[in-house]
Amino acid sequence: MENMNRRAALKILSAAPVAASFALTDVEAQEAHHLAETARQTARTSGVAFAPKFFTRAEYQTVRVLSDLIIPADERSGGAIDAGVPEFMDFTMVDQPARQVAMRGGLAWLDLECQRRFDKTFVGATDAERQAVLRDLASVESRPGLTHGQAFFRSFRDLTATGFWTTKMGFDDLGYIGNTVVPTWDGCPPEALKKLGL
Amino acid sequence: MQIIRSRTLYDVCIVGSGAGGGMAAKVLTEAGANVAMLEAGPMWNPSSESYMFKWTYDSPRRGAATDKQQFGEFDAAFGGWTLEGEPYTNGTGSTFDWFRSRMLGGRTNHWGRISLRFGPDDFRRKSLDGLGDDWPITYEDMKPYYDRVDRLVGIFGSHEGLPNDPDGVFLPPPKPRCYELLIKQAADRLKITCVASRLSILTQPLNGRMACHYCGQCGRGCAQHSNFSSPSVLIPPAMATRKLTIVNDAMAREVTVDDTGRATGVAYVDKNTGRENHVQARIVVLAASACESARILLNSKSSRFPQGLGNSTGNVGRYLTDTTGLSVQGFIPKLMNGVSHNEDGVGGMHIFMPWWGDNTKLDFPRGYHIEPGGGRRMPSFGFMGGLQDYVRAAASLGSAATGPGFGKTLKDDYRRFYGAIVGFAGRGEMIPNKDSYMEIDPAVVDKWGIPVPRFHFKFHDYEINQAKHMQETFRSIITEMGGTPMSEMPSRERLYGLAPGGRIIHELGVTRMGNDPRTSVLNRNCQAHDCQNVFVADAGPFVSQPDKNCTWTILALSMRTSDFIVQERKAGRL
Repeated sequence: MENMNRRAALKILSAAPVAASFALTDVEAQEAHHLAETARQTARTSGVAFAPKFFTRAEYQTVRVLSDLIIPADERSGGAIDAGVPEFMDFTMVDQPARQVAMRGGLAWLDLECQRRFDKTFVGATDAERQAVLRDLASVESRPGLTHGQAFFRSFRDLTATGFWTTKMGFDDLGYIGNTVVPTWDGCPPEALKKLGL
Repeated sequence: MQIIRSRTLYDVCIVGSGAGGGMAAKVLTEAGANVAMLEAGPMWNPSSESYMFKWTYDSPRRGAATDKQQFGEFDAAFGGWTLEGEPYTNGTGSTFDWFRSRMLGGRTNHWGRISLRFGPDDFRRKSLDGLGDDWPITYEDMKPYYDRVDRLVGIFGSHEGLPNDPDGVFLPPPKPRCYELLIKQAADRLKITCVASRLSILTQPLNGRMACHYCGQCGRGCAQHSNFSSPSVLIPPAMATRKLTIVNDAMAREVTVDDTGRATGVAYVDKNTGRENHVQARIVVLAASACESARILLNSKSSRFPQGLGNSTGNVGRYLTDTTGLSVQGFIPKLMNGVSHNEDGVGGMHIFMPWWGDNTKLDFPRGYHIEPGGGRRMPSFGFMGGLQDYVRAAASLGSAATGPGFGKTLKDDYRRFYGAIVGFAGRGEMIPNKDSYMEIDPAVVDKWGIPVPRFHFKFHDYEINQAKHMQETFRSIITEMGGTPMSEMPSRERLYGLAPGGRIIHELGVTRMGNDPRTSVLNRNCQAHDCQNVFVADAGPFVSQPDKNCTWTILALSMRTSDFIVQERKAGRL
């Protein structure tokens, strides 16, 4: 289904007089922006349970728990699960098969490490136990004996970040307000100039 | 096997629809020539096919690359480093990657729009420093064509009076972004020339095309033709003459010649049917991109030209160069927790640094320019990867230790670091060397049985020393901005981070122009010494690879070559 904002924006651009004017009038830009806002308000619901195509049920549970520990909900926005990160990861494994072995192996490594430490899987461990493992894996310094888990964690965190921040929820959280028509480019706005001491 | 021959005898057959081919088509059809243009890819219309304004989250892939679109699913490049059924090879110890965009307009659809004229010195470098060769033409020969290209296509920039970076016919440049203002401050203190960039993006309406709306997505192709691409600017006027016939999905195999050694047309494969075709033409213009045109010439073997058409003196494929390129990113604390605003701008940098150095004081010849980047970009696949590098950089500058690397404090890290990275890419001049050339692989063919290129490529000390200077310079700018580089400086063994040959996608020089047939393929009008009705109009003719990117000179030179063809036709010499 075509994106409303894009179709609306292109429609406005094609209707604008070509020869005479400077880009778009402010009225036309406002109209494009309004249509963009309306499109944004179309909610993404995910009421139906998702059946992963790549992950096993057990792996998928680990992915859900791990991604949401990495990027949880807070006062500003939802967490990885709210943003559909696990579904995105499953799609990505099918779309980019070269990632599959590292992902599958990394999840297995994680469960083995938890088995070694607590005699439980990652999902089966307590919250405190999981946090202890993740603190080691997320460490900026290299931890002997844990380097494979650290490499997996960094890769998984990167994919979680992509999955989270490239959603509407992520865009709004970051305050990315581009991808629209700007009739007149004014450079760095006054508030930003002030903050940067320019 | 039956060959389907065109019934029409065209005045000109052009191979390729990009910058050179598109310009030739426009000039020649407007002069009355009946032109057949062979394009290896499909038609492509930015108006209807550009992904401009797509949100990253409109696709479950979030903009990631695919096999068929190796620069990203929203990018306007159909193709990449590998094409199904179209291999190429490298000689032992050589690394050269070859990018192809198979579509109407080729790479002009997704390129960076960096539009820099060569300067007076660039045409006579051998006279100045003894390296490489002089061009058989000068800046004065080219200036009228650069002026005409500026007026036809539109380019913004500022008048600076720099001796070897000539000013053009400029539209007003866009104001710098926030981080670009900081970069300029630092560059000014370091006495690195930093001025408005020169991009072929309209900041005012021109010739019926609208001005830019600053969505920063030029690489997706512009649906309103505000940037330069062949389909936006060159193909429409050519089509309007009704004298242009575009043949899509046509893979050129060779230029055919008669017993007198005169070209008679181009043999090509219809990719859809797999059948052999031949288009008859009085004149052939090859503009398939430098190495494709060279490949066609080398594969055009006949009893008259057993070594390949244009190759009687063995110069086709020689003098292969690419632009030297490397990047350094820096974390800039001042840019943390930035004010939310739309920083998209045009699809490229608003400022740049043309070469400012004094080579008499340096251990390498020639120079490079710097392309800065950074800021609050639209998140897409790969967004803020390697967060540990941000944390390490921030910590090294005394920023308080963050959290454990996951959870709420990590989320806050992404928020505060967003937009706080700047990057610097160097683009410099490589000297042609004996280890860098292209030939035809003696064993390998593509899926249509056309022998493929075999590349040989090696950077020499000139380029490696230049790369060291790039690294040191970028790191000093970052430090001057109060920041720190995101990674360690690579060692000399790793060529200081130089991108492998071909990766900057400015491969050229393999059908060199020159006054002496013994050392060149084409004359000063880009006409083959061997065969007067064959011309080359891409960057193959370039004698050197200045630090100025090639597209603007491809356009100007193709315009000049096309004017020459018209003049020769009118005089009855062609």
